[in-house]
Amino acid sequence: MRTMTRNDLMLLLGFAAVVLAMPIWLQPFGAAYPDLLQRFMIFGIFAVGFNILFGLTGYLSFGHAAFFGVGSYAAVWSFKLLSLDAIPAMIFAIVISGVFALIIGYLSLRRSGIYFSILTLAFAQMSYNLAYSVLTPITNGETGLQLTINDPRYLDRVFGDAMPGQPVPTLLGQSLGGFTGFYFCAAFLILTFFIAQRITGSPFGMMLKGIKSNQTRMNYTGVNTRPYTLAAFVISGMYAGLAGALMAVTDPLAGAERMQWTASGEVVLMTILGGAGTLVGPVLGAWIIKYFENIFSALNDSILARFWSFLPDGLDHTAVVVSGKFVGEGWFLTLGLVFVLIVVFLPGGVMEGVRRITTLVSPKSKPPASPESTSPQPQPAE
Amino acid sequence: MTLLKRGLSRRRVLQTGMAGIIGTGVMPAIFTKGAWAQEFCNNPTGDTVTFGLNLPLTGAYAEEGADEQKAYELAVQHLNGEGDGGLINVLTPTALKGNGILGKKVAFVTSDSQTKSDVARAGATRMIERDGAIMVTGGSSSGEAVAVQSLCQELGVIFMAGLTHSNDTTGKDKRRYGFRHFFNAYQSGIGLGPVLGQEYGTDRRAYHLTADYTWGWTQEESMKAATEALGWETVEAVRTPLGAGDFSQFLTPVLNSGADVLILNHYGNDMVNSLTQAVQFGMRDRQTNGKNFEIVVPLFSELMAKGAGANIKGIFGTSNWHWNLQDPGTVAFTKSFGAAYGAPPSQAAHTAYVQALLYADACERAGTFYPPEVIKALEGHEFDGMGNGPTLYRAEDHQCMKNILVVQGNDNPTSEYDVLNIVQEVDREVVTYDSAIFGGDLGPAEPAPLC
Repeated sequence: MRTMTRNDLMLLLGFAAVVLAMPIWLQPFGAAYPDLLQRFMIFGIFAVGFNILFGLTGYLSFGHAAFFGVGSYAAVWSFKLLSLDAIPAMIFAIVISGVFALIIGYLSLRRSGIYFSILTLAFAQMSYNLAYSVLTPITNGETGLQLTINDPRYLDRVFGDAMPGQPVPTLLGQSLGGFTGFYFCAAFLILTFFIAQRITGSPFGMMLKGIKSNQTRMNYTGVNTRPYTLAAFVISGMYAGLAGALMAVTDPLAGAERMQWTASGEVVLMTILGGAGTLVGPVLGAWIIKYFENIFSALNDSILARFWSFLPDGLDHTAVVVSGKFVGEGWFLTLGLVFVLIVVFLPGGVMEGVRRITTLVSPKSKPPASPESTSPQPQPAE
Repeated sequence: MTLLKRGLSRRRVLQTGMAGIIGTGVMPAIFTKGAWAQEFCNNPTGDTVTFGLNLPLTGAYAEEGADEQKAYELAVQHLNGEGDGGLINVLTPTALKGNGILGKKVAFVTSDSQTKSDVARAGATRMIERDGAIMVTGGSSSGEAVAVQSLCQELGVIFMAGLTHSNDTTGKDKRRYGFRHFFNAYQSGIGLGPVLGQEYGTDRRAYHLTADYTWGWTQEESMKAATEALGWETVEAVRTPLGAGDFSQFLTPVLNSGADVLILNHYGNDMVNSLTQAVQFGMRDRQTNGKNFEIVVPLFSELMAKGAGANIKGIFGTSNWHWNLQDPGTVAFTKSFGAAYGAPPSQAAHTAYVQALLYADACERAGTFYPPEVIKALEGHEFDGMGNGPTLYRAEDHQCMKNILVVQGNDNPTSEYDVLNIVQEVDREVVTYDSAIFGGDLGPAEPAPLC
């Protein structure tokens, strides 16, 4: 039986503690409400999976949102046709997105570099357009696929408990709304983080890293790299499918927008912002972007006016007008600035910043027990 | 230490991990359960009550969203006894006192729904879970309305739909917690059909371009039914993606199809773009089958008419309401909206404002914010004075039954707001239909879900 190193174990436990305590430490940031916490978990999983392909193997996919969307649609169809229970829906979603990733991966992985990126982008955009306007009987187009009272739900009918009232997804009869849904997603984030950690440390992970650093040399030494890249692609697609399924579990509506190229670009941003190639980085990136998206976009002029009210008259008005450009509809501007600053000054993402602070705080080679920030320990695995 | 030097086994990690998850994860869930155990979702305990405004501030329907926001701000002012009181003075019967709702001041939070169903749901969830919204309202797209409405039913929060015209909102996808004041595509068809027959004759060939989502689908269906009843023939109905921007690829085939009427089932920016492009293609100057080629826009609004400029002259459509009506309600609303923002309100603003007032009035009459009681107060409520004549909130499908307007683009506008002429006010009796024709199920009001 393979074992974990002490560092890996500490990282996993620290990560789990930070994640599970989120409802407490996010309170001062105004982000400790179930819906956003669930999104933190879901996009964390999405980014961890994406990092297996991008950070570990070095293949930049610009179409990962397609697998996310396929996972969502598969899960909602499972709710409609089979059962309102989350477990069949998630299995179904992971299998479907895995098969989908196998097909797209098989075709796209014939090329590498920019050609691979463009191929995945093309496939994702195709899937988006199919979902948006061609396959409307399956996806319900712009309106979005939803649950209705009259869905067949064959499995549920077999066991004879036709749900009264509005159908909502459950886990063995327990409703998955609110904080229950958050802990459900959190358990999966920790589990997927653990799996990603094991993959990174495994011989398979070493092969992937080898492909990233020099694929040609790998080929010359007689290794056929295609099965490895394809496996990484499929695993990563299944991660995305799982995230998409969780999205449908916590909010049973699947819309085509989540397959759009902007959604694919978002996960790339998350990974780079947090630190590609690290384990914790992509998750941090996902949290930062989702925080901006949900909190900054909700600030409006009246909130800003209250915030700047300590300034003298006239000046406070100017402050509201200027800062108003960066919040609300303008939150993309803020995100863009943050992204530029990070890429210019910390090319390794937030994790590089954490690492630099750590070395500043303790010049000794051994990292301290916990860094000053709320983030878990840096990941020395690269 | 020996154990750690050799590392931990996977089994050990899983065991400890699971214990940790159960320990830290489940315990707070048990503790917080007590904190959430209130009588109903977001029961207002302080001295304010919060409305959640879910508005499309970006995307194809952004203009409507911005106008709705103005209307809601005005409604909140009037409910709190500020300003000139607006429609509170003319609503009959009314329980509103101008001191907030049930003595609590009204506040609001907003969220940009980006004209996307997914985002609208996320925004509504945030406003309910974090900001404690007692009621969610707004929206300018039926896709959003249907999505947010079912979410509100799950969370036990009342949804007062903004501008949504799809038959599904109070038909196939109706919900016990969702209410719509706006009219629907079916009523547009009933109102517009006879006028089209009178103006364009009974021997026409129609080509539909349809926004590809719930509203477009149902409007296409209703317009087909209405025009085919006149004896018109439907050549083809083509679906176009929402927010397409460029419609030329869909317009070219129209020219060679042998159709002599183009029905644009588009709204907002989409309609402005498709109509402008259709006019640029020279469609309005064409002769087909020996008749003048005509364009029909079944759902019209002032904002769109303004955006399309001279292109809308003479084009027929329907509206829920128009600021140029002469009843006391319309006059009062146009006056206070104009005083606040310097422009007459659009129909989107009107329906938004009225919905906010009707919710407040229902709470006052019910004497509580408890949703099932408020629902009872709204169901079957008959009122007057809001600009559409006597209106009934039908209990069977939560659809308002009231007069609707057939309008036509103004040939000689006297100002930039005077863009539509009212051709006919279609009586409520005429546009009333059997609520059973669209199916659907409202679902239960009680037990009220705890969000």
